[in-house]
Amino acid sequence: MGMDFTFTEDQLTFVDAVRGMLSQEVTPERIRARWDTDTGVDAEFMAQVAELGVMGMLIPETLGGLGLGATDFVMLAQACGEMAVPEPVVEQVLVVAPLLTDILERGLGGDSLQAMVDDLISGQMTVAVSHPINPFINFGDRSNWMLAGQGEEVSLVARDHVALASKRSVDPSRRLFEAELDNANATSLASGDVGADLWRRTLNRGALATAAQLVGLAEAMVAQSVRYTSDRAQFGRAIGTNQAVKHLLADVAVQIEYAKPVVYRAAYTVEVSPSRADFAVSHAKVAASRAALLAARHCIQVHGAMGYTWECDLQIWVKRAWALAREWGDEGFHKNRIHEWLLQSNALLGPEFTFGRRTLTDTVAA
Amino acid sequence: MNLGYSDSQQAFREEVRDWLQAHVPAQALPSFDTAEGFEAHRAWERTLAEGNWGMVTWPEAYGGRGCDLIEWLIFEEEYYRAGAPLRVNQNGIFLLGPTLMEYGSEEQKARFIPAMASGDEIWAQAWSEPNAGSDMAAIRCSATRDGDDFVINGQKIWSTRAVFADWGFGLFRTDPDSERHHGLSKILVPLNADGVTVRPIRQLNGLPGFAEIFFDDVRVPAFNVLGGEGEGWRIAMATAGFERGLMLRSPARFQQAAKRLVRLYREHAQDLLDPSVEDAVLRCYMDAEAYALATYQTASKLVGGGSIGPEASCNKIFWSELDLLIHETAMKLLGARGELEPATPLELQELGPWLDGFLFAQSGPIYAGTNEIQRNIIAERMLGMPRK
Repeated sequence: MGMDFTFTEDQLTFVDAVRGMLSQEVTPERIRARWDTDTGVDAEFMAQVAELGVMGMLIPETLGGLGLGATDFVMLAQACGEMAVPEPVVEQVLVVAPLLTDILERGLGGDSLQAMVDDLISGQMTVAVSHPINPFINFGDRSNWMLAGQGEEVSLVARDHVALASKRSVDPSRRLFEAELDNANATSLASGDVGADLWRRTLNRGALATAAQLVGLAEAMVAQSVRYTSDRAQFGRAIGTNQAVKHLLADVAVQIEYAKPVVYRAAYTVEVSPSRADFAVSHAKVAASRAALLAARHCIQVHGAMGYTWECDLQIWVKRAWALAREWGDEGFHKNRIHEWLLQSNALLGPEFTFGRRTLTDTVAA
Repeated sequence: MNLGYSDSQQAFREEVRDWLQAHVPAQALPSFDTAEGFEAHRAWERTLAEGNWGMVTWPEAYGGRGCDLIEWLIFEEEYYRAGAPLRVNQNGIFLLGPTLMEYGSEEQKARFIPAMASGDEIWAQAWSEPNAGSDMAAIRCSATRDGDDFVINGQKIWSTRAVFADWGFGLFRTDPDSERHHGLSKILVPLNADGVTVRPIRQLNGLPGFAEIFFDDVRVPAFNVLGGEGEGWRIAMATAGFERGLMLRSPARFQQAAKRLVRLYREHAQDLLDPSVEDAVLRCYMDAEAYALATYQTASKLVGGGSIGPEASCNKIFWSELDLLIHETAMKLLGARGELEPATPLELQELGPWLDGFLFAQSGPIYAGTNEIQRNIIAERMLGMPRK
């Protein structure tokens, strides 16, 4: 089979179905309703998502999942961003589930981990991941277990042995916690090279998870701004007829168009060649953040004073973008990885190497 | 989704690479905006045609290889990797060629395509007029029916390659009572015809890269009308779509420039004083690759039977701004010596073709529809914002 950078009909159909459900169930009113609850989670919604088979998409069939890959899920992650889903659906599917799978497939975890996989598939957030790159754990209080990292160590800690301190995010949909682990009661699952490899893969999946959502967030912000500037009239005509307004949104559209294929390439690389995904993922995170942060700035601007109010729903998307641009490695972290790669004397640079030597499993000269 | 090449795609790449290695001139050719350079580039087009590499997407009957767009991208990657000469006939092969293939009669294809492929006829474009630039529907240059001929009167301007080219194509008003985008026809005109006067215009680099063309009772046969009388606007939009959409600037061009920029950066990293340069180098490399990925995505869609949508208007803005950033960054890395026109082989080796590219990059946001016009198109046709 030759080069084909398109999604299959099946993939597109599934995204449409889930997207339809999300647009019905995740409205700005219901997002704001979550802000006033203790947990910030709508358990009924999570059960609905699980019913569609989304949660276990990336878990192998032998472990009870659908055995699909990041390429199958990436547009769903984008849709979750577009709808500003508050629950960490994308992180559970694309980060927690694959880490549990990695551990089980290496024979490093026991029956208790299989039970955690079962819970995850049913929509319960039984496990949270505390990766060294993230100072905070989103919804860290909702889990019974934590997969935590210190250096190269991957350990499992029961919720009872973790001290959580709540932190308020600029985004009221997020529930952040600082975690302090009781190391005496942590079970080490992996360390050394194995642990380092698990964390590196996890970081790449986490960064991909944020990048895909950032693209969706940017698209939604532009769509809302097009609606607003088409309705709002000044000087006797819609403000969206002014070129100065049009060009602000066109600039965002250009960045989105060129972030999308980069994010899809990152998803493909994470799926097909996870140990060589660093460059593709960092590129995706940088490009998606650039698009979403530009969207936030320009979309607030075209909303005028409304854009600076609590009442305007745009804030739901803007604030999520500000938050996700920082999670799983900020701009500095990812640019630094790209910089290191570009300076390697054996990096495969040039037009003939967009997809590695021949495929993405080979991106560095031997 | 499969982001790897098949055995036959890989074999094609190797075939292209081997041929280019054996044929690309060792010395860079003089600019095709000089008389000497133009003929040297024409000779290179002939060499390409002899190997059937003139336009690989064309059918074999027209000197091509019947390649799909993925293979075209592979060809372009190898072409820029090899540092092969720029295509002096790009107005013909990339812009007029696809239009001829779609709208031309069999007789027109037989008359024009082989000569285009062989480099015997090099093409200039003749769209703009003094009062029809961004507003192309304001075209006034007339072509009046007289028996089996059309008689052309008027003026075109900013006609790229027209100083040395053999033929020009453009839009002319064939219905004198028509207005705006009605009553226009796409006509092919030999630039050596009686009544044609070409006045060179020197570009920022001092060379006559484009020209004014004056038409004074220029007679062309009705055979030279492409796609039917009065159909000019529709056909031109198809050409413009192709130009912006895919072929005008293949990603390999920018990826090769970005690679050269990374090398330049490695050489100068030690004595770099401006911290913004590092960020710009990263951005250039990433954006060149993003443009390649987006093009592979579009090509895959087209190969699978899909079509280019209004999102193609994003391309022009993205690559033209990328080209500027690549060359601005290179100029920063060259420091005070960046303003030097390389005069000796040693200076050329040291400074590279960056100044040339920097000057040319200034035109990117202007030609093929200014970026401001592109932003209007994106806002109105892609995003659905109100016109008035």
